Amino acid sequence: MEFNLKIWRQKNAKAQGHFETYHIADIEEEASFLEMLDILNEQLIREGIDPVAVDKGCKSSGPVSFDHDCREGICGACSLYIDGRAHGPDDHVTTCQLFMRHFKNGATITVEPWRSSGFPVIKDLVVDRTAFDKILQAGGFISVRTGSAQDANNILIPHDQAEKSMDAAACVGCGACVATCKNGSAMLFVGARVSSLALLPQGRPEAARRARAMVAKMDELGFGNCTNTRACEMECPKGISVEHIARLNREFLKAKFSE
Amino acid sequence: MADKLISKIPDGPLAEKWTKRKSEIHLVSPNNKRKLEIIVVGTGLGGASAAASLGELGYNVKIFCISDSPRRAHSIAAQGGINAAKNYQNDNDSVYRLFYDTIKGGDYRSREANVYRLAEVSAAIIDQCVAQGIPFAREYGGYLANRSFGGVQVSRTFYARGQTGQQLLLGAYASLNKEIAAGTVKSYPRHEMLDLVIINGQAKGIIARNLVTGEIERFGAHAVVIATGGYGNTYFLSTNAMNSNGSAAWQCYKKGAYFANPCFAQIHPTCIPVHGTQQCKLTLMSESLRNDGRIWVPKKMEDVLKLRKREIKASQIPEEDRDYYLERRYPAFGNLVPRDVASRAAKERCDAGYGVNETGLAVFLDFADAIKRLGHQKVAERYGNLFDMYEKITASSPWEEPMMIYPAIHYTMGGIWVDYDLQTTIPGLYAIGEANFSDHGGNRLGASALMQGLADGYFILPITINDYLSHKFAEPKTDTSAPEFDEAEKAVKARIEKLFSIKGKKTVDSLHKELGLIMWDYVGMGRTAEGLKTGIAKIQELKKEFWANVNVPGEAGEFNQELEKALRLADFLEIGELMARDALNRNESCGGHFREESQTPEGEAQRDDANYMYVAAWEYKGEGVEPELHKEPLKYEFIEVKTRNYKD
Repeated sequence: MEFNLKIWRQKNAKAQGHFETYHIADIEEEASFLEMLDILNEQLIREGIDPVAVDKGCKSSGPVSFDHDCREGICGACSLYIDGRAHGPDDHVTTCQLFMRHFKNGATITVEPWRSSGFPVIKDLVVDRTAFDKILQAGGFISVRTGSAQDANNILIPHDQAEKSMDAAACVGCGACVATCKNGSAMLFVGARVSSLALLPQGRPEAARRARAMVAKMDELGFGNCTNTRACEMECPKGISVEHIARLNREFLKAKFSE
Repeated sequence: MADKLISKIPDGPLAEKWTKRKSEIHLVSPNNKRKLEIIVVGTGLGGASAAASLGELGYNVKIFCISDSPRRAHSIAAQGGINAAKNYQNDNDSVYRLFYDTIKGGDYRSREANVYRLAEVSAAIIDQCVAQGIPFAREYGGYLANRSFGGVQVSRTFYARGQTGQQLLLGAYASLNKEIAAGTVKSYPRHEMLDLVIINGQAKGIIARNLVTGEIERFGAHAVVIATGGYGNTYFLSTNAMNSNGSAAWQCYKKGAYFANPCFAQIHPTCIPVHGTQQCKLTLMSESLRNDGRIWVPKKMEDVLKLRKREIKASQIPEEDRDYYLERRYPAFGNLVPRDVASRAAKERCDAGYGVNETGLAVFLDFADAIKRLGHQKVAERYGNLFDMYEKITASSPWEEPMMIYPAIHYTMGGIWVDYDLQTTIPGLYAIGEANFSDHGGNRLGASALMQGLADGYFILPITINDYLSHKFAEPKTDTSAPEFDEAEKAVKARIEKLFSIKGKKTVDSLHKELGLIMWDYVGMGRTAEGLKTGIAKIQELKKEFWANVNVPGEAGEFNQELEKALRLADFLEIGELMARDALNRNESCGGHFREESQTPEGEAQRDDANYMYVAAWEYKGEGVEPELHKEPLKYEFIEVKTRNYKD
């Protein structure tokens, strides 16, 4: 297969970004999107070595930087905005699990970084998501010291409730929800964590404090409000439901009343 | 120099050793803990749990990871579960049985005392994780559920769907966040350790590269903990994450820490087969699938050929024409034999020509019987996300046709040599989790990596490290302007400059792929003396080629992923050579290390206990000089050493 790739290039956080277009050929249908980018990078590096080796029309700012790691959809590192969709045109996948068979041969594919004031660009397609860490540091935990725990089976949790908590806990922290939301809201991310812990008896003692602190931090870091468009749920690679935003709202209100 | 290998194993009965050691360890008072600094490198299960626990104790911890967030560490990708000797199933499990299974599974090449301790603390890990809010699978009564795993006959594996590693890591990461918020832990994401700094023979700090700005930075401490995982990516294609690397551990080796059993690499039997030359990594399908999936290839060569031409589908081959070769060869354990045994059996069938895909390197893992027996819903609950993942990657549904799988490099049992306290041969330098060598011997059992990472990080290191630090609280903070830091920083900068100066014709990835092929061909599933010698020569040649002909684009003072990869590959080239050297020295078959010269007439691995019942600990002797081998004899006082038997 062959493609034209229109890719966002930006030297660093302060530099002005721009699009560059590259042509790439001989891509296997089984190749993943990131493998295709690996091949592009090989091509772009080779161009620096020996310009004749690369197709004409290929001007280059060197290899394209992008975040990636596990390449099996669980680490949450990859974060590309492809043809106007977070993680590209397949449903409920991370970019690393997107395969070239989902694209038409010869297509022009536009690749951008997450766009959100909460996630400033570091270079090319790499953004800074430390805001997510900061939100979790504000309260996304249960305060238990190593060694304090009682026997695990002393806490009974109904099967369905554990499953529901697990649904929310499946969040990989990639940021697709924020990138997708027209308000740049992090409510699905925050909702998933608050909800996952609020559903468990171990999480109840700190539920109010957690909801308050995480929402306050989210606001402080400049993430927008939720206006219930449900775009985040549509684009979440793990299919996390907006039901968890609803639970976050309930927990937050409860916390406000208990103040 | 052999006297450095003092394992510090306490005497006395097996079950009392850890208690005894704990009672001997000096304590550090809370007001003195506040004066002490600890560097933890790596934020996987080992690093995150250790840093959080040390922070809770009141130490000042600095934690480093190469990703944008500690939560991305590769522990997150572990699927199947975590073992613990809870005996919640009433199937006669016990600390002793978990210990015994692990020693046996490791083919009698790990320390009795370490493994017993691992089994001993395993139950507390589950308690801790539940308290953190990890949503483990539950029975309808609200009690914890278990599943079984390879190499054992009890159900002791706790799990959270096929995402157990993710949930455990998010638990440890949450505890870490709690300590970051409390101010006891300071986090340095996107930082890569490039050297260890030693002052007066003791580990006192690290040199790290800020991966965003490219700056080389100095960090001092009273002790350094390495928790950076394994070196499986030496093979280029592995189930490890793309950025997983052996460099931090390797820098420690080059600064004097011994490296133990480097040849013990685990080849996992159930991975998605290689699909083409553009592939960059292999995807694991959890071992838990072998609980209900049945592994087979056709009995008739004509069926194999038709499958390859896609003239028939697997489901059309009648039952009597299928060879369930694990059930045939190992009736007692069947599809649940340990990983090394299952991998070699798959290789044996494929080498005999029965591989079921175009490349001839694949076998079937079939769920048709399980779906019939358990129903769709039960199977979906257990494996749904794994089935989805498989279908996403291969565009074939395991609900309709069996999965195709093949072995791939997955985990490295070898690592930095540590004593019973998890301290390396360098005072003040500790190694935990996959980065050390200590608990898995020649082969790791499934669901034991998570157990070991968390055992080390939550319950062992935070106790043992006090013994060292109890002598350090009077020492001032490490001065990072010391000449030792100057020297280490200079060396790091020189290495980076050298890489940029080469301006050769080959990309880092293309050289890494070449290394991977050499490793797979000569230091892979079947190894011979002759092949290993050839492998070493080829690796040395490739190393020369790398330093003469690599091309690293861009600049040092910027975000530069090619430079990151080049620095790591420089180390992989050396790690690969040491792996081959160790494999050549170990003229026996043992766990994941199979020397073709050493097998039974039935083709089973044959250990040589008389000559090789030791830990091979290698000491770096300088560039271009052969490393020196030290031997730590393994003594089995409490169990009888047997030939592993999974047949009856």
